Amino acid sequence: MKAVLALADGKYFIGKALGAIGEVTGEVVFNTSMTGYQEILTDPSYHGEIVTMTYPQIGNYGINPEDVESGQPFLSGFVVKESCPFPSNFRSEKSLDTYLKENNIVSIEGIDTRALVRHIRTVGAQTGIISSIDIDPDSLIAKAEKAPSIVGRDLVKEVTCDKPYQSTEGVWELGEGYADCCERPPLYKVVAYDFGIKRNILRNLTTLGCDITVVPATTPAEEVLKMEPDGVFLSNGPGDPEPLHYAQENIRYLLGKVPVFGICLGHQLLSIASGGSTYKLKFGHRGGNQPVLDYKRQQVEITAQNHGFAVDEKSLDDKVKVTHINLNDNTVEGIQHLSLPAFSVQYHPESSPGPHDSHYLFERFIEMMENHKRGTDHA
Amino acid sequence: MPRRNDIKKILIIGAGPIVIGQACEFDYSGTQACKALKEEGYEVVLLNSNPATIMTDPDFADRTYIEPVTPDVLTQIIIKERPDAVLPTLGGQTALNTAVSVAEMGVLEKYNVELIGAKLGPIKKAEDRTLFKQAMQNIGIAVPSSGLAHNYKESVDIIEKIGFPAIIRPSFTLGGTGGGIAYNREEFERMALVGIDASPTNEILIEESVIGWKEYELEVMRDTADNVVIICSIENIDAMGVHTGDSITVAPAQTLTDKEYQLLRDASLKIIREIGVETGGSNIQFGINPKDGRMVVIEMNPRVSRSSALASKATGFPIAKIAAKLSVGYRLDEIQNDITRETLASFEPTIDYVVTKVPRFTFEKFPQSDSTLTTQMKSVGEAMAIGRTFKESLQKALRSLEIDSYGFESRIFKNPADYVRQITSREEEELCTQLQVPSWERMWYLADAIRAGFSIDKIYQLSGIDPWFLSNIAQIVEIESVLLTHRDKLNADDSSFVELLLEAKQYGFSDRRLAFLWGITENDVREMRHKLKVLPVYKRVDTCGAEFEAFTPYFYSTYETECEAEPTDKRKIIILGGGPNRIGQGIEFDYCCVHGAFSLAADGFETIMVNCNPETVSTDYDTSDRLYFEPLTFEDVLAIVEIEKPEGVIVQYGGQTPLKLAVALEKAGVPIIGTSPDAIDRAEDRERFQALLNKLNLLQPNNGIARAYDEAEVIAERIGYPVVVRPSYVLGGRAMEIVYDVDRLRDYMKYAVDASPEHPVLVDKFLQNAIEVDVDALADGKDVVIGGIMQHIEEAGIHSGDSACTLPPFSLPDDIIEEIRRQTIELALELKVIGLMNIQFAVKAGDIYLLEVNPRASRTVPFVSKATGRPLAQLAAKVMAGQSLKELGISGDIIPEYISVKEAVFPFVKFPGVDTLLGPEMKSTGEVMGIDYDFGNAYAKSQLGAGVKLPSQGKIFISVKDTDKALILEPITKLIEAGFSIVATSGTAEYLNQNGIEAEKINKVKEGRPHCVDAIKSGDVCLVFNTTMGAQSISDSYSIRRSAIIYEIAYFTTMEGIKAGTDGILAMLREDLDVKPLQEYYPVD
Repeated sequence: MKAVLALADGKYFIGKALGAIGEVTGEVVFNTSMTGYQEILTDPSYHGEIVTMTYPQIGNYGINPEDVESGQPFLSGFVVKESCPFPSNFRSEKSLDTYLKENNIVSIEGIDTRALVRHIRTVGAQTGIISSIDIDPDSLIAKAEKAPSIVGRDLVKEVTCDKPYQSTEGVWELGEGYADCCERPPLYKVVAYDFGIKRNILRNLTTLGCDITVVPATTPAEEVLKMEPDGVFLSNGPGDPEPLHYAQENIRYLLGKVPVFGICLGHQLLSIASGGSTYKLKFGHRGGNQPVLDYKRQQVEITAQNHGFAVDEKSLDDKVKVTHINLNDNTVEGIQHLSLPAFSVQYHPESSPGPHDSHYLFERFIEMMENHKRGTDHA
Repeated sequence: MPRRNDIKKILIIGAGPIVIGQACEFDYSGTQACKALKEEGYEVVLLNSNPATIMTDPDFADRTYIEPVTPDVLTQIIIKERPDAVLPTLGGQTALNTAVSVAEMGVLEKYNVELIGAKLGPIKKAEDRTLFKQAMQNIGIAVPSSGLAHNYKESVDIIEKIGFPAIIRPSFTLGGTGGGIAYNREEFERMALVGIDASPTNEILIEESVIGWKEYELEVMRDTADNVVIICSIENIDAMGVHTGDSITVAPAQTLTDKEYQLLRDASLKIIREIGVETGGSNIQFGINPKDGRMVVIEMNPRVSRSSALASKATGFPIAKIAAKLSVGYRLDEIQNDITRETLASFEPTIDYVVTKVPRFTFEKFPQSDSTLTTQMKSVGEAMAIGRTFKESLQKALRSLEIDSYGFESRIFKNPADYVRQITSREEEELCTQLQVPSWERMWYLADAIRAGFSIDKIYQLSGIDPWFLSNIAQIVEIESVLLTHRDKLNADDSSFVELLLEAKQYGFSDRRLAFLWGITENDVREMRHKLKVLPVYKRVDTCGAEFEAFTPYFYSTYETECEAEPTDKRKIIILGGGPNRIGQGIEFDYCCVHGAFSLAADGFETIMVNCNPETVSTDYDTSDRLYFEPLTFEDVLAIVEIEKPEGVIVQYGGQTPLKLAVALEKAGVPIIGTSPDAIDRAEDRERFQALLNKLNLLQPNNGIARAYDEAEVIAERIGYPVVVRPSYVLGGRAMEIVYDVDRLRDYMKYAVDASPEHPVLVDKFLQNAIEVDVDALADGKDVVIGGIMQHIEEAGIHSGDSACTLPPFSLPDDIIEEIRRQTIELALELKVIGLMNIQFAVKAGDIYLLEVNPRASRTVPFVSKATGRPLAQLAAKVMAGQSLKELGISGDIIPEYISVKEAVFPFVKFPGVDTLLGPEMKSTGEVMGIDYDFGNAYAKSQLGAGVKLPSQGKIFISVKDTDKALILEPITKLIEAGFSIVATSGTAEYLNQNGIEAEKINKVKEGRPHCVDAIKSGDVCLVFNTTMGAQSISDSYSIRRSAIIYEIAYFTTMEGIKAGTDGILAMLREDLDVKPLQEYYPVD
């Protein structure tokens, strides 16, 4: 069955339908990870996006019940060169196509994904549409032009949890799956704002001894403080940080009262709350091979990234310092508040998918909470 | 940390001759290292005995020592050059072992030389099995259970704990020499003994078998700041049990989830840190149990390897170049990524295509050897292909092998109509065996098994190959069956047919294969594709999955919508490379291609390289302006020509590979430059060649062409025995044999060849005891310059690639040389050679016979260039591009005052059961050069370089044929004077005694023990002189030669070799061999 991917600027690609039959719009972006499509599919940060995988053969190891970052796929559409109908892996339970159908994700395969990626790289990420019910390119281009852009939209409200919940799952181990950490007495109480949180962040914190309550994105800061947390975590999430005024307010309120650690969207929100601003990157960073320099350790870590917006270094005043930069384009990858216990990174130390080089950041957060407990924040 | 300024002079150790397990990938890595360090302003000293390498070109290092890569020589060079540092990690196991030896001898310490790249401690920790296992335990990484044994008794204790099957790996050997898998006690005993013997430390590792597990490799790099990156992951299609060099491999890993891949990545980071490899690249091999994902680490190479060359070509990340820079202190984030320019080397390449590497074997050269693939490497080369899917890259890789395969031809079914028929129970049995026993042909049998209706699961159970790969092959077979339904009713106007054709091309089907399936010609298919606009596009290899713009024009073809070739309108020339290495066509031809590119670039041409061999310098994106990593078939080359529209295409540099395409390409309108394809044909076609010689009144051994079984006998009677027989359609001396009597001739005609009018058998008079001479010449159509005249040491009848030779000749009279020169010039002018030409002559009783004329670059071009300092391949490229020799200022021969000896290196030790006697069929994998002012010295160096241990004292074992007995007196007398003693078999001993030479008598093997082989094995003998004649005597003495090889005793099997060897030994006794760089032999610009 034919399917077409059309972009708002008039470029289109004819391929074959994959996953659900239907029509969907979103911002067309690309991810350069060669493994980890299942984690990408279930990462809430991709809400509102049509994700193109640069690696041409996707679905090789199928879909298993473990490698998920949330309860469902959140992205709008999925684009691959060739999806694999015969997955091979001891943990695989179904094929990519089946999974996409079950979750109603309209996708396309069989297009020149490299040409698409080069186009996005050249002209920038933009709105697009995948359809297997209307295959007239002109009609689809018109629809793509009319579809809403992600700039200025609050996508977080569409992915955050309805009500607070506890998370007790620890990190994955081969042959063991996810450890259940219920039994150990937790060392730190952490409240995590769910802007679209990836489970592996929670798993990492849990394994390090955190008792985590995940709260909806709009939860007022006062309510969070009432829970008497040792630290507050600001999660990743989809889209533009600027319109999320409620979150920025809450963070401003929390700053200085409790240690704060942010990842990705959480990093952008912390930056804005600290006086900075963000801007939209041409086509973002999405992949598992982005080199980041940690100024403190003077070491390069290979990081997993997924963001379309970035913190403007010039917007940061002397209250915060840049701790990490991206070595590809020198964009801000991490900040630290100079006087208050708060820091954040643009990339994903929880990886999943991606390299584990940045795991130390979770330990930094633990250390920060420990110091705060002891009243030695700036020791 | 930036560049180290405390070191100024760096000594790089090369890998020496090409052998199985260590091929031209180390020229690629070494050349990159030389370039990188020179660019950084270091003074570079190089040691490498292999003249066919680019790295030993005198302008790649400041001081180039073409000397044996041995601890003694390295020590001498260190004393002479006093380098600040030695870089041992880019010259394979040879360089590493040599460096370890000098370090342990205390030489480095004494002369205050630092090992850079890897220190002694980490090298030992990675290479020593016990230390490695201990290190892995320290960091909690599983290894297969194992134990080390130094003698048979120890080995038995270990095997009792581990059980069968078990893997035996000798320590410190190349490509797993002497290793294997033992399934029972009997096999175990044999392998343990051979393994202990093969190991320089007499040590073997006996290891729990993880046969059937999935095998992976990761290429890791680390810098002084402890930044670590993974450059590439590689998944072996063949499960554990087949040496990774012999496995078909794919990059990146295909069947690992991210969680599993990250386990490998985490382990690799831990391992490189624990082992302590400070800087540079390492290769780590893992096994993964497909049932539960359990991971074990198999081994680590603390150096650049064959896989890192593959990974560099597969990703565009130049591992060796970066490793060299890291070794002098740079950090990964201080080095730019050449391809993207704006990003740095501190990242992990991501690729948006699939790379498949297929090994190339030459079992046909060693019919007595076992062709089962095991943990001991047997392949001699490899081809790599890039496609957007595994299916495409696999099919491209198969046709890149140049074994006359253009896809998944059937091994079982004769014609496509049979593909659907039921197989017989015998065929089913054969299929099962072929799937079960790893062989180079297994890939094709997999497709047959699918055609025959085997389930994926059944094939998996039999072969252990992951179902993902099998299912992809099944898709190829499925579309093949759809393609077949169109046979006899091809309808190009049907849009669904166009889609099918496009899909088939996307699956990697070649035109040849489609033509076969449809019963039409390749041209028909190509014309159809052109009409339907089903044409390839070219994508760039960019390290980053298109995230950044790529500035390096490194391309592969695929069938998609967007083409990134962006050809320029500059003056441009395409050079066709040599494809996968094989015996008879190796690094020498790559050397010529690379020089062609350098030379034409210097003249302002845009140079475009086409090749599919990942080991080579030619496929380094730095070598030419544009690189097409593509199969060297008519279809693939023509498509590139159509896109690029070059001014000329050079076919005479890549050996037979491009030459075979010349006529067809020219017919298709491709501008072939240099000698015309017609002239090439005149030299290659037997009858036209004869006409040419008659016209010029030149001599040729008497000959005839047999087009039927009986004709050969008639011809042989006419010209007289012995005769040389060979099929007319093969190359590199394949199936060529010297036949002494009618019985053998009958056998040959019956079993070895199938004579027919289309495939005639050539019968030549064999010139016994003639001297063979090789000449390389350069011509522009008007003038001819002799590049070099080389006198073979072994007599005519031994393949020129296997014979040692000297430049200048050491015993030819001047008038003969003059006549050879005259004939060469006459032939070059008559053939209107433009570029290079090679001629082989035989000189007997004052007569000069022409054996062969090759109007192309020859195997000896690099040797001649090194020996004379005149870069023949570079000059020839300029001539082909239109300059005359006069304009280039080239005239006259260069006849050096020093002697250069080229010696061949053989893979016999890898092929148990194979005789080491030389003959008309080429068997060597590589070569070394010895250079000195005296023949004996130069010859001795060539032997040392080839790994032959020339003795300085001891007992020489002699058994020679009757005709050699008189000739051996002189060398023997000299050796006795020098202090050697003699043992000989009865006939030889008696003869020697009669001639006043004292010789102890020893039993022949058939005369009972103790016999001569016992003496060799027990180390009583230091040297073997053994010449034979006739089948019986050859088979009787086989065990002598075989045991000499295994016990590393120097042996000579020809009279001329014996004389030269004697000269070499005497020279070494006279004085210590001196070392000297090329730059002191002749001036270098």
